[in-house]
Amino acid sequence: MDKNIISTLMTILGKENVLTSKEDMITYSFDATADMPSEKPDVVVTPDNKEQIIEIVKLANEKKIPIITRGSGTNLSGGTIPINKGIVLSMLKLNKILEIDAENMTASVEPGLIIQKLNDAIAPYGLIYPPDPGTVTTATMGGSVSECSGGLRGLKYGVTKDYVMGLEVIMANGDIIRTGGKTVKNVSGYDLTKLFTGAEGTLGIITQIIVKLIPAPQYRRSMLAIFDNLDKAGKTIAEIISNKVIPATLEIMDNVTIRTVENYAKIGLPTDAEAVLILEVDGAIEQVVLQEFETVKKICKENGAVDIKLAQSDAERDSIFAARRAALPALAQVKPTTVLEDATVPRSKIPEMLKALKEIAEKYDLQIGTFGHAGDGNLHPTILTDESNKEEMERVHKAVDEIFKVALELGGTLSGEHGIGIAKAKFMEWEFGKEGVAVMKKIKDALDPDSILNPGKIFRGN
Amino acid sequence: MTMYDSLDKAKAEIAKCMKCGNCQEVCPIYLEEKKEGAVARGKIKLVEAVLKGDLEYTDGFADKLALCLTCKACNAKCPCGVKVDEIILSTRSAIVKNKGLHPLKKFVFGTLKRPGLFNFGLKTGSVFQGLVFKKHKALNGAYPRFPFGLDMRRIVPPLSSSPLRDQLPEIIKVEKPVKRAAFFTGCTMNYIYIDAGKAIVDVLKRNNIEVIIPKEQHCCSMPIIAHGDSITAKEMAKSHVEIFSKLDVDVIITACGSCGTTFNKHYLELLEDDQEYYQKAQAIGTKIMDISDFILKEIGLDKSKLGPVNLKVTYHDPCHLNRGMGVKDSPREILKAIPGLEFIEMQNADRCCGGAGSFSLTHYDLAMDIHKHKADAINATKADAVVTGCGSCIMQLSDGMNRYNLDLPMYHTIEILAKAYAAKDQLDKTDAN
Repeated sequence: MDKNIISTLMTILGKENVLTSKEDMITYSFDATADMPSEKPDVVVTPDNKEQIIEIVKLANEKKIPIITRGSGTNLSGGTIPINKGIVLSMLKLNKILEIDAENMTASVEPGLIIQKLNDAIAPYGLIYPPDPGTVTTATMGGSVSECSGGLRGLKYGVTKDYVMGLEVIMANGDIIRTGGKTVKNVSGYDLTKLFTGAEGTLGIITQIIVKLIPAPQYRRSMLAIFDNLDKAGKTIAEIISNKVIPATLEIMDNVTIRTVENYAKIGLPTDAEAVLILEVDGAIEQVVLQEFETVKKICKENGAVDIKLAQSDAERDSIFAARRAALPALAQVKPTTVLEDATVPRSKIPEMLKALKEIAEKYDLQIGTFGHAGDGNLHPTILTDESNKEEMERVHKAVDEIFKVALELGGTLSGEHGIGIAKAKFMEWEFGKEGVAVMKKIKDALDPDSILNPGKIFRGN
Repeated sequence: MTMYDSLDKAKAEIAKCMKCGNCQEVCPIYLEEKKEGAVARGKIKLVEAVLKGDLEYTDGFADKLALCLTCKACNAKCPCGVKVDEIILSTRSAIVKNKGLHPLKKFVFGTLKRPGLFNFGLKTGSVFQGLVFKKHKALNGAYPRFPFGLDMRRIVPPLSSSPLRDQLPEIIKVEKPVKRAAFFTGCTMNYIYIDAGKAIVDVLKRNNIEVIIPKEQHCCSMPIIAHGDSITAKEMAKSHVEIFSKLDVDVIITACGSCGTTFNKHYLELLEDDQEYYQKAQAIGTKIMDISDFILKEIGLDKSKLGPVNLKVTYHDPCHLNRGMGVKDSPREILKAIPGLEFIEMQNADRCCGGAGSFSLTHYDLAMDIHKHKADAINATKADAVVTGCGSCIMQLSDGMNRYNLDLPMYHTIEILAKAYAAKDQLDKTDAN
């Protein structure tokens, strides 16, 4: 990169906030996504305030240099890999909570704030911010808004986009705009808040976020139900919801996952079970929670659950959830490379999707463990493989193609909560058709005509 | 090939890392620096780059790998169980093999290797320290007068003119010994925190333990391992294996988690290739026990022998004692058993104090930024004193207290226990009169 650009950046930010060494660039050449190309940026900058960001954007716009906005880099779509080099804009120093408005039940935060810090700060008000991706203690608010992350509570509480009420965004030309606000009702103009949420840093740079908070549920009950047959588990899921019970958590693990988790964590899961469901109901009124819990238990039994474990204490609840939390790390132990997908289908199609995944694993002779958020149809088929095995990786890529094909055929989507990034960019036309992708590209071109904002993400080849 | 001679073992650990970034939550350095190069997964990516040939053993690489406290917080957090500290130590050794050791470190480690010289150096140091250090008014410490590799703001504890091992006999007999214990004093207790060392011997004696303090013992070699000089470290490991193998003892007591882990973990890693030494090191390793664990689990705490210690204390978990040796509850149980003593748990008691042995010498400002969180946590407890189980932590805590205007006394857990025994003696005496 031109030395003048580096020195201008140093003038804007101070020397200590501009990294250029090869060693530093290597540490920003990746994120949490497996099986992705890795590329070093030209420079990494860490601004202290939005005025600096505006100057950086103006400079990048003038010189046509890509800007890759980055939080903690924990995403699973390759969204922060600087595949076209350029400037990595680390937002970690813009990490303040600007306001907690308990009366309006909103909070205003800077994008570099770690999600859990918000939860800690609002807990004394009896409030929660429901989106809880697995990386809640490391991911930033800006990153999770940009990827529109989900979590274990999606079924009842929705995902990030359901909680973003307003944004402040710096545009590719350096303009700064505000969208939405604190009001529950707001239908003025286009819904730009939703547009920038999940845009993966391709349309603008988020510098402030207003989120909706909700009262913390006071009561909860959890259980783990074991099934010897996938259909029975699938029917249970459908019936719970048709009985008007919306559990906060409704997770599933398949046999491969159960066996791997048991082998890894020895928590007493039956290794011959075909499926395990982990359920939690919560709410503000104890009686209602208990009643829902009884309903769920009854439906599990009626559908032939071979065993049901009820959590009698917080410790027992933790051990039930530990099984689910162990799923990904346990699977990751089996082979050097763990390809984690998040194809999502309508929840009624979960048994069909699980069967299709089993067939794909057999067809391509691969180990696939599947777990995920059954209640909202968001599965995580996880392929256990080895990057260095070229022949096997070819089969992996074919299997991934087929997984997405099936998910779309079942009326689903490419990504439930991880985003498209570079990992799924090539499948976009399958879901949206040429015309749908063209609409998105027109929006991108209109807002970022020179494609300086996170180029190469969501769409291929820009 | 040991993990200090080749990166093969590290490769297996590296393969386990899925780059999820969970290490960011707990890495004290990352939480200050907020740069990927400061956290485990970033450093692992760099080691991968070197292994793939994408990066040389550059100064920049060495600087990045130096940025680790080996506090093992990331190990404990890692969902995949990556032993990050092993990758770091193995790579630091590879760096020294490729780039050589910094001349100053070479001199210092050469001294540590020769116990006689080290002993002499620190003793003469104590004579001359009045010339070199200005006395600090409130704290029992001194500012350096001349910058000789130490940061000018650092409070250095006074070196004793007479080390612990010179003051005590090599064998301390008791009337009816229930056990024979060797005591590995470690450098901080031998040269600086003599009172803590004496308290440990006192407590052992009171529990009818015959204590042997081998005169020939020297630095455990942890600082040398941490800086990658595995050749010197191997020699020191062998020397200690020889010294302690000769002894007919039931247990080898350490009073510092780093010394303990060096004996029961790092010596085995260092000597893996040498069957004879390895087996002896294994035998020694199984005998290693931290003093708090020994008193509580092996001997049992007789509460009737404890008098009141009217102090409000909080406890800091040394990283290597807690995550290294797994000693977390025993010190707390000892403290809670003492009448009159009020124990207050501080927030994040197991977070590194930033000292990390010699890390605070090479990265002073960063070590103090890390310590700020510890000082705040201590302050919030409103305790009268801070208790911990490691001399290096006491050094860092004292220095940090000075920096953050927190003037609290600091004790090793066993010093408090010794006070409780003494208080009971006093009570009995008064009653008898």
